[in-house]
Amino acid sequence: MSNTPLVSTRERIWGYAAEFTSPAAITSAAKKVAAAGYRWWDCHTPFPVHGLDIAMGVKPTILPILVFFGGMTGTMLAIFLQVFTNSLEVNLWAIVPVIGYQFEVSGKPLISAPAFVPVMFEVTVLLSALTTVSSMFALNGLPCLYHPVLKSKKLARITDDRFYLVIEARDPQFKDEATRSFLESLGPEAVETLEP
Amino acid sequence: MKQVDLSRDNLALGSFGGAVFVGSGAIGLVGLGVAYSLKGIGGDDAFMKSWLFAFLVVLSVALGAMFFTILQHITKAGWSVTVRRIAEGIAANLSWLWILFVPIFVLVATGKGGHLFPWADYEIASHDYLIKKKASYLNVTFWCIRAVVFFTIWAVIARFYFRLSRRQDASGDYRITNTMQWFAPLAMILYALSQTFASYDWIMSLQPKWFSTMFGVYFFAVSVTGFFSCVLVLVYFLQRAGRVREAITREHYHDLGKLLFAFGVVFWAYIGFSQYMLIWYANIPIETSWFFPRQLGSWFWVSHILIFGHFVLPFLLLVSRWPKRLRGSIALIAGWMVLMLCVDVYWLVIPTVPEVALAEAETYDQLVAAVTPASIGWQLNVVDFVLPVSMLSLLLSGTMFNLRRCSLVPISDPRLSESMSFENY
Repeated sequence: MSNTPLVSTRERIWGYAAEFTSPAAITSAAKKVAAAGYRWWDCHTPFPVHGLDIAMGVKPTILPILVFFGGMTGTMLAIFLQVFTNSLEVNLWAIVPVIGYQFEVSGKPLISAPAFVPVMFEVTVLLSALTTVSSMFALNGLPCLYHPVLKSKKLARITDDRFYLVIEARDPQFKDEATRSFLESLGPEAVETLEP
Repeated sequence: MKQVDLSRDNLALGSFGGAVFVGSGAIGLVGLGVAYSLKGIGGDDAFMKSWLFAFLVVLSVALGAMFFTILQHITKAGWSVTVRRIAEGIAANLSWLWILFVPIFVLVATGKGGHLFPWADYEIASHDYLIKKKASYLNVTFWCIRAVVFFTIWAVIARFYFRLSRRQDASGDYRITNTMQWFAPLAMILYALSQTFASYDWIMSLQPKWFSTMFGVYFFAVSVTGFFSCVLVLVYFLQRAGRVREAITREHYHDLGKLLFAFGVVFWAYIGFSQYMLIWYANIPIETSWFFPRQLGSWFWVSHILIFGHFVLPFLLLVSRWPKRLRGSIALIAGWMVLMLCVDVYWLVIPTVPEVALAEAETYDQLVAAVTPASIGWQLNVVDFVLPVSMLSLLLSGTMFNLRRCSLVPISDPRLSESMSFENY
């Protein structure tokens, strides 16, 4: 290219951001980026764009599976908690004798399933919710106190009326000029260089 | 938003509807005749009880359909437009379902209902202290008046929504949607009250000394289970027959599956357990008397079939996303839920403890000893299989009749395009 800068900015590039003005434009661009085999890239839009996940080829999240096992852990924990604390006498590891807090209510047996169900339900919900939130944070890499996309003044329009497709420099396929010209071939309004 | 193009879709029942109308109608009528000829197996009283059970199965499905229709208008829902017409068609059966109730109505009105509803027996009603106290509500005249009022309310609401919705098909007037929405809150209140008191009158009063304020909600859970499972099966077979293949998408299956999971599995279990646990904890004889026969003998196993077949198994099957999005798998699970609906209503209506045993025994152990050899427990009666199948066939036949000339989708609904293009994320 003729307008190559005199000073190399290679070390300073975090990624390239292509600007689009419509959901349709960024969706069709996302399809091409996914087809080109890029992995470290993302789309930033002012609102959720229907069909963009499919166009980007985003894999389904594993969050539901984690939540299921989190919830089941809660159920087991609640059963254990109640049976253990109500138990007559337990020898932990055959050496520590434990006598439960035998709390008899209205002549019911100490271990009676119906009384345990509300606690099982609550602890299941609690651990499911905690698993959901903590796994969501972990899977999304949160908390993230700094992100290069937020540094650019131009990309602030993500929150208003612009759609940005960002390819990060750490992508194995990322090649400075080639990636830039590839993004330009997608028909964006402009291509920005993002600094780390 | 996608443009609505249903020009290539088959939205009319046509000859398929006629064939199903005749076929399932014939099965239903023949089934009722066969059941009547078999009533010697259990005797007249058992036959009427089975009839009530089968009637409540189809009534719950139709009431659930009416609830669904009103709910879509009250929330101005866009997603459900393409399945709403089928719900309206099922609900419109409420205008003739009273015919199936006539035998029970006549039995009670002529004063012979004592074997079914103990409060309707003059001897019991005039001597039993508790039943006498309830006589201002539980008496034959008032019960009959209420039954007429319930059926009138249901027929009017169901017909109102079905007629207006079809009128919109022809005229395309969006103001009809406004009218339907304006009446929706009123219809919902009337539905809630009539359905609650109908469940008190027709199920809870089978054991008139027992009471549960949760019971109306439980019957609501039953009816919503019935609707969502039946509509999923019906839509699946309509699509197999080449109808509404494009109008009803995978997303609609997914959402109906979610509602089946939420209402038919989790809400049902929540309500059923809430009712059980309070009674179990308090352990007051008058309250436990209803659960007592349901855990004696083979009824114990029927109760456990409900816990595992109506809650645990469908919970595990429906909790993930993909079984709700594959048409075959959700239709199969819905079919299982139709079966469980029948077991649930059967479990609500049929079990009783012989009054003799209750009178003689003083402790729980004596009571168990007194009733175990007696006719307690689940007993095989072929009528209990024939009647619900026949009445469900009649419901299907009636639905086909209602939908015979109209489009299977409200083609002029202002939210049709929203329904066609929504996606689950």
